[in-house]
Amino acid sequence: MSTVRVLVGTHKGAFVIASDGARRDWRVDGPLFGGWHVMHVHGSPADPDRLYASQWTDWHGQVIQRSDDGGRTWAAVGSGFAYDGEAGTHQWYDGTPHPWEFKRVWHLEPAPDDPDTVFAGVEDAGLFRSADGGTTWSELAGLRTHATGNTWAPGAGGLCLHTIIIDPADPRRMFVAISAAGAFRSEDGGATWQLATGGLRSEFLPDPEAPVGHCVHNLAMHPSRPDTLFMQKHWDVCRTDDAGDHWTEVSGNLPSDFGFPVSVHAHEPETVYVVPILSDAEHYPPDGRLRVARSRTGGGEWELLERGLPQRDCYVNILRDAMAVDSLDDCGIYFGTTGGQVYASPDAGDTWAPIAEHLPAVLSVEVQTIA
Amino acid sequence: MTSVRVALPGHLRTLAGVEAEVRVDVPGAPTITAVLDALEAKHPQLVGTIRDRATKERRPFMRYVACGEDLSREPSDRPLPDAVARGAEALRLGGAISGG
Repeated sequence: MSTVRVLVGTHKGAFVIASDGARRDWRVDGPLFGGWHVMHVHGSPADPDRLYASQWTDWHGQVIQRSDDGGRTWAAVGSGFAYDGEAGTHQWYDGTPHPWEFKRVWHLEPAPDDPDTVFAGVEDAGLFRSADGGTTWSELAGLRTHATGNTWAPGAGGLCLHTIIIDPADPRRMFVAISAAGAFRSEDGGATWQLATGGLRSEFLPDPEAPVGHCVHNLAMHPSRPDTLFMQKHWDVCRTDDAGDHWTEVSGNLPSDFGFPVSVHAHEPETVYVVPILSDAEHYPPDGRLRVARSRTGGGEWELLERGLPQRDCYVNILRDAMAVDSLDDCGIYFGTTGGQVYASPDAGDTWAPIAEHLPAVLSVEVQTIA
Repeated sequence: MTSVRVALPGHLRTLAGVEAEVRVDVPGAPTITAVLDALEAKHPQLVGTIRDRATKERRPFMRYVACGEDLSREPSDRPLPDAVARGAEALRLGGAISGG
């Protein structure tokens, strides 16, 4: 029988929550790396026993951990993230130049075809690659040195590269998203990049339709549709069917189109999930009701899923990397909250139940489906 | 060689897999630089977590304390107090009270 492993990064450590394929009984293991911010834990698609974790604190900086046995044991590997060459400046919050400074790794994306190759999205925004299991890291500097790089400015969470999507059919084709710069596409394994922000509109920008400056919160792609991406932006849920050359808003009947994560059903490329949040100032659900929005039409028409989720007095947030899906026949959906709950739905969102309720604030959720 | 006691904060104890205090051997009169060099050589997981891996500058939220004195802004090549060199006191590495 299959096993489902939910990898949870929190404000004070990581947790591994596991079940068999029935997804009824869950065991919580942890905390791993107790006391550290665990920004992200992610498994290799090529080897489910190979896991990578990003742990960080203000005091001690960045540490990358690696497990070769499915999370039973871990070892600190390389954490030397040095920008390639003179790093230069980006814009600060007030528009003045600010030196590029490495702070932490937000997202780790193992390559689809090689457990030793892993990409790291960092703050201040940059993309790094390791081909030796995380021991050494090299910057793919073509992104940071993009002609617009000196105009990128941080969002509230910093100038962070938080989303990395690799086309499993062609691993040289990649997408990344940066708050608050936008989305970028590479066709050559990350050496060169082009903007993927056509048609985006952000009212807070001096020019709302400027190609750069959009605060993209998250992207999602179904592996069978590598030109179709869904985006949760600071405001607006959008889709593109031409790899980011043209985006269309598909917020439709959402109660709020502000939010952080977006996910796609494992088997239905037009079934999409977001979690509506009231506003950029009020990072909690509308009406104190935690509801996941599902569209079966690729956006535009949304239904609110609430069975098993708190429907009163709920004021948690769901962060951008804190929702994921499994790949079992009836697709499971998972998300974690800043209140320390992790919810799971074994039936594509129809019903929900907590699989952990009292963790530290959840920063990230990933899921492994192990045959 | 001088055997120097170094007290580590909780985060670094778990990272290095050690107890609250470790001993490192330092050639000659111990300085902060010499002690940290020896500590990082013995526990390479700690490289970059106390001082910058390239510049060797103290990380902004780290403090160095010994014998009741804050040595964080002292020159890192200045000899540490005799009590540290004699092993009577530990060089204490700690995080600033900065939330977390």
